Amino acid sequence: MPVLSPAILVSAVLNGLLTGAVYALVALGLTLIYGVLHIINFAHGALLSAALFAAFFAFRLLGIDPYVAIFLLTPLFFAFGYALQRFIIGPASHRDDRNMLLVTLGIAVIIENALLYAFRADTRTIDVPYAFETINFGFTFLAVPRVVGFAAVFVVALALWLIMNCTDIGRAIRAVAKERLGAELAGIDVAHVYAMTFGLGTACVAVAACLLIPNYYVNPSVGNAFVLVAFTIVVLGGMGSVLGALIGALLIGVVESLSGLFLGESLGQIGIFVIFIAVLLVRPNGLFGARA
Amino acid sequence: MKTLAPIVAVIAVLAAVPFVVQSNATLNFLVVSLMVALAGQGWNILGGYGGQYSFGHAAFFGTGAYVTCILQVRYGVNAWVGFGAGIAAGAALGGVIGALAFRSGLRGSYFALVTLAFAEVLRIIASVAPITGAGVGTLIKLDLGAQTFQFQSRAVFYWVILGLVGVSLVIARLIERSRFGVWLIAVRENEDAAEALGVNARSVKSVAMIISGAVTAAAGCFYAQYFLFVDSGIAYGTWISIEALLTPIIGGVGTVFGPLLGALVVKSLGEGAKLVTGDVPGLDLILYGAVLVLVIWVAPGGLIGGLAQLRKRLMRGATRAAASTQGAGHG
Repeated sequence: MPVLSPAILVSAVLNGLLTGAVYALVALGLTLIYGVLHIINFAHGALLSAALFAAFFAFRLLGIDPYVAIFLLTPLFFAFGYALQRFIIGPASHRDDRNMLLVTLGIAVIIENALLYAFRADTRTIDVPYAFETINFGFTFLAVPRVVGFAAVFVVALALWLIMNCTDIGRAIRAVAKERLGAELAGIDVAHVYAMTFGLGTACVAVAACLLIPNYYVNPSVGNAFVLVAFTIVVLGGMGSVLGALIGALLIGVVESLSGLFLGESLGQIGIFVIFIAVLLVRPNGLFGARA
Repeated sequence: MKTLAPIVAVIAVLAAVPFVVQSNATLNFLVVSLMVALAGQGWNILGGYGGQYSFGHAAFFGTGAYVTCILQVRYGVNAWVGFGAGIAAGAALGGVIGALAFRSGLRGSYFALVTLAFAEVLRIIASVAPITGAGVGTLIKLDLGAQTFQFQSRAVFYWVILGLVGVSLVIARLIERSRFGVWLIAVRENEDAAEALGVNARSVKSVAMIISGAVTAAAGCFYAQYFLFVDSGIAYGTWISIEALLTPIIGGVGTVFGPLLGALVVKSLGEGAKLVTGDVPGLDLILYGAVLVLVIWVAPGGLIGGLAQLRKRLMRGATRAAASTQGAGHG
C-alpha cells in the first residue's frame, strides 16, 4: 500500500482525467458510429493504429508537427472512413447488423496486419521538443501534451455538437439514427449518411492520434488497448450518447489511474473491465443511454 | 442412425489420412486445423444455432487449457482426468457467463462485448496470478506415454483430435435434430416471437452456452496436451476468439460441417500464403481478414450456403432450359 498523501491522490486523479480525455476522443467516434449505424465498429482500434503511424511518419519523413498534422490527417481519415463504409462495409454487409460487426472485424484484422507487414512489430516514438515539458500548477506538474489533449477533446466535442445540430448533414444523421426508413422515404440518401457518420468517427480517431503521438508510442496493435477501453466508455455512457461518452471517459480515466495506484500497474486495467461487466449486467443501457 | 451417416463417412475418410501422409509437418497442420474446427464448433453451437455472437470464446479455450495444465503440474492429477476437468470447467464457465449475461437480457453487440470483456479479465488475471505461472506460463513436463496423454507419434494426436471433432459433429447434429435445437433456432430467428410461443429463451440460451463452453474448452485442453505449454497470451488471446468465430462463419454458420470446412479452408489459405510469401509476419492474417470480408460479401451463408445457392441456381437454370426447349417443341 503506497503512502497516500493528498498530493499523490490529487495528481493521480488529475492524470486520470487527462488520460480519460484521450479515451474520450477515441470513444466519441465509436459512440457516434454506434448511435447511427447501430454497430460496434471493431475496426476502430486498427484505424487508430493506422492514424498513429500516419502522424508518426508525417513527423519523421515530412517534419510536420503532430499538432499541425491534425489539419492534414483529419480530412484524410474522414475520406478514408467515408470510402470504407460506402464501398466496402455497406455493400459487403447487406444491411445486416451481425454482418457489419464481422466485416469491421475483418477490416480490423486486415489493417492491423498490413501495418505489421509494412512496419514490423517494432515500437516507435517521436521526439518533439515539448514532449517532456510540464506546466506547474503549484500542487502538481502536468505534461504539456496531455494538457493540450485535454483541451482539445472539448473543442472536438463542441465541433461534433455543432455539426450534429446546426448543419443539414447533422440533421440528416440524426434523422437516420432515429428512423431509418422514414428518413429514406423523406429523400435522405441513407448510404451517404452512413458513410458520412463513419467518416466523422474515423476523423475523431485521426485527431486522437495526433494528440497522442507526442508522448506516446506506436506499433501495429497499439490501438487495441484503447479500443477495448473505448468500448467500455461507450457502454458506460450509453451507446450513441456523446455527452455520456465524454463523462464516461473521464470517469474511466480516473478509475484506471486510481486502480493502478492501489493495485499496481499490471492490474490497473482490470478495474476498467470489472466496471464494464458490472455496468452491462446492472444497467445494460448505460448511465446516460436511452431505454432500448 | 441415418442422420449420422455423413459424419461417420467424413470421419472415416479423415481417419485414413495418416496411412497415406507420413510428413510430420502436414500432420501437424491437420492437427491444428482440427483443433480450430473443434473450437469453432463450440462457437457454432451458441452463435450459429442460437444466434448469440460471442467475441470472447478464448475464455473457454483458455480455461480448458489452464485447468488441464495446472491440475497436472501443480496437483499431480492424471492427464486424462485433467482433460475431463478442463472440459467441465469450460461448461461451468459457460453456465456462469450465460447466467449473468442472459439474466440482464444482453443481446447482439452487448453480448459480444461482455464475452470479450470476460476473456480480457481472465487474460489479465492469468498474466499475474502465481497459480498460472503468471507471465512465464506453465510448462507440462515431457513424459511420453498413454497414461500421461503424451504421444511420440503425431498420428495418435491426430486421431485423438479427430475423435473429439467427430463427437462435436455428433453433438451438433443431435442438437439440430432435437426439440432443444428447434427452440434454439427459434430464439435465433426471433427471440420475442419464440418467447411468445412459450420457449424459455433464457434457459435455452444458457444451456447452449454451457455446451458451447465445454466443446471449446476441449480444444483448449487438447492444445495444452499437444504443445505442453500455455501462457496467458495463448490461452486467453484474441487469436482464438477470432478463429473460433471465423471458421464457422466462413464454412457455414449454423451447419454441422461448417466449422470443419471453414477450419480446413482458412488454415489451408494461411499455409498457402506462407508458402508463397515466406514466413513474413502478418500476411496470412491479412488474407484471413480479406477472406472473411469476401465471404460475407459474396456468400453470407458461408461456403456451405454459397454452394447450396449455386446448386439451386444451376438447377433452376437447367429446369428453365428444359422448359424452354419443351416450349419450343410445342410451338
